[in-house]
Amino acid sequence: QVEQVKLLDRFSTSNKSLTGTLYLTATHLLFIDSSQRETWILHHHIAAVEKLPLTTSGCPLVIQCKNFRIVHFVVPRERDCHDIYNSLLQLSRTAKYEELYAFSYNPKQNESEQVKGWQLIDLAEEYKRMGVPNAHWQLSDANRDYKICETYPRELYVPRTASKPIIVGSSKFRSKGRFPVLSYYHKNKEAAICRCSQPLSGFSARCLEDEHMLQAISKANPSNRYMYVMDTRPKLNAMANRAAGKGYENEDNYSNIRFQFVGIENIHVMRSSLQKLLEVSGTRGLSVNDFLSGLENSGWLRHIKAVLDAAVFLAKAIAVESASVLVHCSDGWDRTSQVCSLGALLLDSYYRTIKGFMVLIEKDWISFGHKFSDRCCQLDGDPKEISPVFTQFLESVWNLTEQFPQAFEYNEAFLLQIHEHVHSCQFGNFLGNCQKEREELKLKEKTYSLWPFLLAEQKKYQNPLYNPDFSPELTLLEPNTVSFNFKFWRNMYHQFDRSMHPRQSVFNLIMNTSEQNKQLEEDIKELEAKIKQRNGQSGVVLMKEQEQTARPAPVALKSPPCFQKEQPPMPVNDAVRTIEGSNTADNRYSELVSEFSKAEPAVVSLEYGVARMTC
Amino acid sequence: MEFAELIKTPRADNVVLHRPFHSAVEGTLCLTGHHLIFSSRRQDNAEELWLLHSNIDSIEKRFVGSLGTIVIKCKDLRIIQLDIPGMEECLNIASSIEVLSTLDSVTLMYPFFYRPMFEVLEDGWSSFLLEQEFDLLSSVTNEWRLSCVNKDFSVCPSYPPVVIVPKSIDDEALRKVALFRYGGRFPVLSYYHKKNGMAMMRSSQPLTGTNGRRCKEDEKLINATLRSGRRGFVIDTRPLAVAQQARAKGGGFEQEVHYPQWRRIHKYIERFNILQESFIKLVEACNDQSHNMDRWLSKLEASNWLTHIKELLTAACLAAQCIDREGASVLVHGSEGTDSTLQVTSLAQIILDPRCRTIHGFEALVVREWLQAGHPFQQRCAQSAYSNSKQKWEAPVFLLFLECVWQIHRQFPCSFEFNEQFLILLFEHAYASQFGTFLGNNENERAKLKLPQKTMSLWSWVNRPDELSRFQNPLYEANSLVIWPSVAPQSLQLWEGVFLRWNRPSKFLEEAEEERINIIRYNKELQAKVNALRRQLAEMEADEEAQEE
Repeated sequence: QVEQVKLLDRFSTSNKSLTGTLYLTATHLLFIDSSQRETWILHHHIAAVEKLPLTTSGCPLVIQCKNFRIVHFVVPRERDCHDIYNSLLQLSRTAKYEELYAFSYNPKQNESEQVKGWQLIDLAEEYKRMGVPNAHWQLSDANRDYKICETYPRELYVPRTASKPIIVGSSKFRSKGRFPVLSYYHKNKEAAICRCSQPLSGFSARCLEDEHMLQAISKANPSNRYMYVMDTRPKLNAMANRAAGKGYENEDNYSNIRFQFVGIENIHVMRSSLQKLLEVSGTRGLSVNDFLSGLENSGWLRHIKAVLDAAVFLAKAIAVESASVLVHCSDGWDRTSQVCSLGALLLDSYYRTIKGFMVLIEKDWISFGHKFSDRCCQLDGDPKEISPVFTQFLESVWNLTEQFPQAFEYNEAFLLQIHEHVHSCQFGNFLGNCQKEREELKLKEKTYSLWPFLLAEQKKYQNPLYNPDFSPELTLLEPNTVSFNFKFWRNMYHQFDRSMHPRQSVFNLIMNTSEQNKQLEEDIKELEAKIKQRNGQSGVVLMKEQEQTARPAPVALKSPPCFQKEQPPMPVNDAVRTIEGSNTADNRYSELVSEFSKAEPAVVSLEYGVARMTC
Repeated sequence: MEFAELIKTPRADNVVLHRPFHSAVEGTLCLTGHHLIFSSRRQDNAEELWLLHSNIDSIEKRFVGSLGTIVIKCKDLRIIQLDIPGMEECLNIASSIEVLSTLDSVTLMYPFFYRPMFEVLEDGWSSFLLEQEFDLLSSVTNEWRLSCVNKDFSVCPSYPPVVIVPKSIDDEALRKVALFRYGGRFPVLSYYHKKNGMAMMRSSQPLTGTNGRRCKEDEKLINATLRSGRRGFVIDTRPLAVAQQARAKGGGFEQEVHYPQWRRIHKYIERFNILQESFIKLVEACNDQSHNMDRWLSKLEASNWLTHIKELLTAACLAAQCIDREGASVLVHGSEGTDSTLQVTSLAQIILDPRCRTIHGFEALVVREWLQAGHPFQQRCAQSAYSNSKQKWEAPVFLLFLECVWQIHRQFPCSFEFNEQFLILLFEHAYASQFGTFLGNNENERAKLKLPQKTMSLWSWVNRPDELSRFQNPLYEANSLVIWPSVAPQSLQLWEGVFLRWNRPSKFLEEAEEERINIIRYNKELQAKVNALRRQLAEMEADEEAQEE
């Protein structure tokens, strides 16, 4: 505990600050300012801590979080600052999974609720919904014991004609044994999205089983002879891989394939792109042109566009040409996950519902072994493994929600909340790198699943404009991917920089109005019932009337006739303060909600102070 | 002159109309003196397009065999293409359009011929008189007076006949001050901040020249707005260097020695051809769908448009801050006082004054701070982003103002009574209109053209309840506070409603907007119903009680 600590506003030049007390708990960093407002930061969210040179007012400490919050404290005594710095360094770096918050987090659920929570998303059920197994596709038990591929789930769907030797042979010809398997099946077109890793083709190697495997996939689609093979890497990268004995499919060796590169950059490029983006957006007193050129130089929006373009290509191949598509990159767990999941999202409106989106993430990201632990740096590990691949997926979805405001059941808060928990290590879902690892950690017994918590408060995540009839089942969503449609996601990267956001949020207003409408409908029903009841009583016995007058006058009588109007359709600010990320209560977002008051900001967020006027 | 002489081919059949995101339509094209009319012949779904010739910014023609193609680029930024069979017809039509869209004489413009099909409920020409504004002002302060010193436009040709000035300054002094200010634009009241009694004045630059000429009356005039012992701020919309250079041409700025109670701030706002070029570049970038991300962002950057928006908003916030936070009076001017000055004073009022965020109040603001204040609409809005003429007096000054309002609107979406469509409407009508409101460059010219007698006012039409309902913001709830917008680049956005309006399919966005309105409307219905039911129930209970007694 350190007192008299100042919290500086990241963008204000007026040096206004809040003074308060800083506490360190086992899981959180807590700052309580003089007006008793609390800021909670989960240790797992801390990406970097930096001590700046001593100033006259104290020792500045800058904390960068994985959810793009940046806090700037000034600690009066250098020794305190040093202690905090060291403690945070230790606390934010975890060496073992068992030390992560999820293993100590106790949401007061009993065991059966915990089990039920984990059963909420059932992938077998999901494949059934898609329409497999069927005449062409079957469940394979080849990987039941993770013998063929450690990073795949146990249950995999493959073409019926792909026998076990073919599977085994193909897996030996693919990076990390990740052979082609079903990711999504489109009932109406009978076409499939399959995924795998790159072939170990080098410059000339062939594998008959692998060729058979691809043929089996294309034959499993009765409506189209040829299939697409999408290599999501830039051609140059794929060619370079050949030198390492890896590479891409040779069209001459595989019958009826159409091979296509789509040019999404690798995790390292993405990591440094985000780094550049954050550097630009974090600059104080940024000019418009510096912002735009910084945005351009970071390449971030270009990458988002590339991912979405690839997904559109995939979705169109299936919806328009009824062709099956095999997607891979290098290892088949980053770009492949992005493209497969976004493609399915464009094809199938189920994934645009709250439950469906959870299923999509469980399927294409969690079960197929996107390395959440490495990419989000859950444990202290190789910084070169960190990459915002999943963040890009969420951002692509957000872009779609902007273009199709009525097509999604969920809203931006849902995406932000998922992003929050991918990094929070508070729930078991995203821990570890693959299913095998999760089983070994016994996550289902020792931790809780995020999804039931999100579902329990789904009101917050519902899009009031959602129209289920917007796109009937299995009709393709066709986004416009002209560059000007891609925008900087302010609510993600400046989530905590309140001064940058609109002071009044149309979204919150509509959401609350829509919520209020439901309540009013109920009220009307109730009132109508009461009136009906009274009408029925018109021939009442005197007795009953007496009894009624004896009762206190109904509330409605006492309140002014239009008291409903006095409750403006504004968000009710939750008086209960919740620990940030400590439960799924979206308290980060409610900070924004509380901003919705029509009050003047306390701090004039302009970049000049009158004191600096020049004459 | 007869328009018929200019129209050699008044009608062409089998013309095909192409528009982005619409399928091509075949139909008949007719030319009249003021309109290009296209009507599809399909009986099931007849479609008509009426385009004012004055809305046409540029026209290009090309031929493939005998099939001519005309590409028409409009001032509202829309681009349409017409395929016209027959070379002669096509040439005739193209040349007619070219002549008709660039008529020199104002009196040949459509507003002089337009006969409204609606009943005028209130004549917009007399809806916003400065006298009314002054009545409101006199109810809170008696420090100001109406002056008719300019009643025959002799003191300042670009000012209206009536202006509001400090009470202690007589007309004789005003005449002297007018000689000391560029174009005779002496300081007048622009806005009075009721909350603290501070005033915002506007004028043109003082004519100090190289030898530092001074004018006692000018000093007295602006000092009259100060409280004793308090200082004021002069916001000069030019950089210091430009202001200094202006002295060589007889202009200048208020020097500290002669205005010791005033602090001068130079807040540079771009003007004229720089703005016009920026506008042209932005529209060019928005119209090219083939740009990859890097190119799009660098083109957006190179246009500098959003930089101008940010600078303008910052200057307006600065003026508002001086008044509201510093409790100081402000004088705003640039060189002529007809462009950047008006942008700053009108935007500051949007920030400070809740009344300006209502529909009527905003109209009054446009009339007072733009039309009456002598913004030369006819010069500035003669051409839009597609014109090749590049006249130095063309500039999207008013559009920039509207976009800044839009940016503030986006940040405070519940504080404005009007919606985005209203701002777009004003943009369209400033450039081409059937109404006379934006014709002429100042009140003097409008009086000479007898616009109030000969043309219809935009306000007469807009303020009819039927029309007004289209421009109302369903989210509006009066907000009496000062609204401070964020000017961080991350908070500013491209005004898609204007710049991408014709370049992207907007069906889904429009439907979503409709849904939003429905939710709000439904909410009001439900509330009314709940209240009615409550009342009914209460009455029944009261009746029962009465019966019992």
